[in-house]
Amino acid sequence: MIEVERLTRLYDGRAVVDDVTLTVDRGKIAALVGTSGSGKTTLLRMINRLVEPSSGRVRIAGEDTAAIPPHLLRRRIGYAIQDHGLFPHRTVAQNIATVPGLLGWPRRDIAARVDELLTLFQLPPAEFAGRYPHQLSGGQQQRVGVARALAARPELLLMDEPFGALDPVIRARARDDLRAIQRELGTTLIVVTHDMGEAFALGDTIAVMDGGGLLQYAPPREILTRPASDFVRDLVGAADRPFHLLALEPVAALVQPGEAPGAPVPRDLSQRDALSLCLWRGLAALPVAGGGVVTLAALERAAQGGRP
Amino acid sequence: MTRRVGLVLLAAALAAFLIAPDRFAPLLRPLTTNGAPAIYTQTSLLRLALSHLALVGAAVAVSTAVAVGFAIFVTRPAGRDLLPLARSVASIGQTFPPVAVLALAVPAMGFGAGPTLLALILYGLLPIFENTLAGLASVPPAVIEAARGTGMTPAQRLRAVELPLALPVILSGVRLSAIIALSTATIGSTVAARTLGEVIIAGLLSSNSAFVVQGGAVVAALALLISGLFREIERALTPAAQRPGG
Repeated sequence: MIEVERLTRLYDGRAVVDDVTLTVDRGKIAALVGTSGSGKTTLLRMINRLVEPSSGRVRIAGEDTAAIPPHLLRRRIGYAIQDHGLFPHRTVAQNIATVPGLLGWPRRDIAARVDELLTLFQLPPAEFAGRYPHQLSGGQQQRVGVARALAARPELLLMDEPFGALDPVIRARARDDLRAIQRELGTTLIVVTHDMGEAFALGDTIAVMDGGGLLQYAPPREILTRPASDFVRDLVGAADRPFHLLALEPVAALVQPGEAPGAPVPRDLSQRDALSLCLWRGLAALPVAGGGVVTLAALERAAQGGRP
Repeated sequence: MTRRVGLVLLAAALAAFLIAPDRFAPLLRPLTTNGAPAIYTQTSLLRLALSHLALVGAAVAVSTAVAVGFAIFVTRPAGRDLLPLARSVASIGQTFPPVAVLALAVPAMGFGAGPTLLALILYGLLPIFENTLAGLASVPPAVIEAARGTGMTPAQRLRAVELPLALPVILSGVRLSAIIALSTATIGSTVAARTLGEVIIAGLLSSNSAFVVQGGAVVAALALLISGLFREIERALTPAAQRPGG
């Protein structure tokens, strides 16, 4: 569990992060969103002390991070950034081995861990271990960057716009893969993004920041249906709200008895994609695998966020 | 490839000349008058060449240690305030003529290799210093950020990330210094340092163009060889990503 308590950072007397308090439960994903200059990146960088807080504290599993020497703290926290920051003179395997190497793991354990991660990130070790970063595509570089951040099995992973350099198609896949890997490893994740779609797709909770302050910290559904202020509502984008809401849940939640023509859709298809299919095919209901249907009317109700 | 073949041929020719200069006498004879000797024999050319190289090698080694050390220091948080000062000192070292350094150093250090070494060291600082600064500045910020984020200490960051990435640029500064020192060392003979300048000066004093040409040619050949050697090392050390043409 990560506890951020009254965290503040001043530059020249001006608060870039102003008295922020929030808690991220173990194994959950928190997305920090806000416009540029909102302080979200500074907040993230104070957690691994790349920026020293002016006041306030951060506790990881109850332990005050201020009591740990910064470089030792950072070896315990994974960190992945937009431009991946891979070491250009080191191979993929050497890049991933960075933190285990700093921690003095035995050589054999490091090699095994590198292979394990490469496999997890769908980069066959035989093919990729010996390559240099410039020999990889953008998506592969990004995956190696995340693999490096996860190498020493950190309890916490910090990511700053991890998909910022990727094109939209790869981006969506990288995000889904990250979500799956995070679920599998049970790592707590704090991710900074300016893309609301990404925040809703990843975050168990979403922290909306502006001018250094935390405006709202809540699950996605609540951010969408009960924005704390006009700013939050505008940032989410009022026009996109129904679609963001539908993207949060699978069709399984709306299945009702009935029959409909056509090929059944999988139960974990997002409601948003189901709505899209209904509209595209001009159907009032879609059959769902395993029995039952999801109707356009039910999707419309869901899109209103359960409001009366 | 052609360049490598050229360098090997040049090295062979130079070695042949230094080991048995007499065989080359017919080539240089046309430059002499009144039956003057075509080959300098006062001191063995091989010995002069080796002592010339030793002097340059020692000077470049000291310049490199001092310049790289200072460049690292002034790019760390503790030394950043000294950066402008260090820059001016290194520039003054470069603008001060080596001959003047010799003239000033001889009364203090006496004749011989000492003053020459000092002049070469001072003269060689700037290219290495500036290139080390440029090399360290060329490391991408994202890479430094990542190195910090992975929990490297400042010393580990320098050793494992910054220096390896800056090394090709630093080496080209060392190469530049070595080439400058190689030609500048010839003037050391005016204060009795054992260098190939001795041959050139003897030629000037006795109006023997053959001596001037052979002294100059050996220095030029050494400069080409050293430059070529450094370029090979730089190429080998440059991460493939930064190599021109991939």
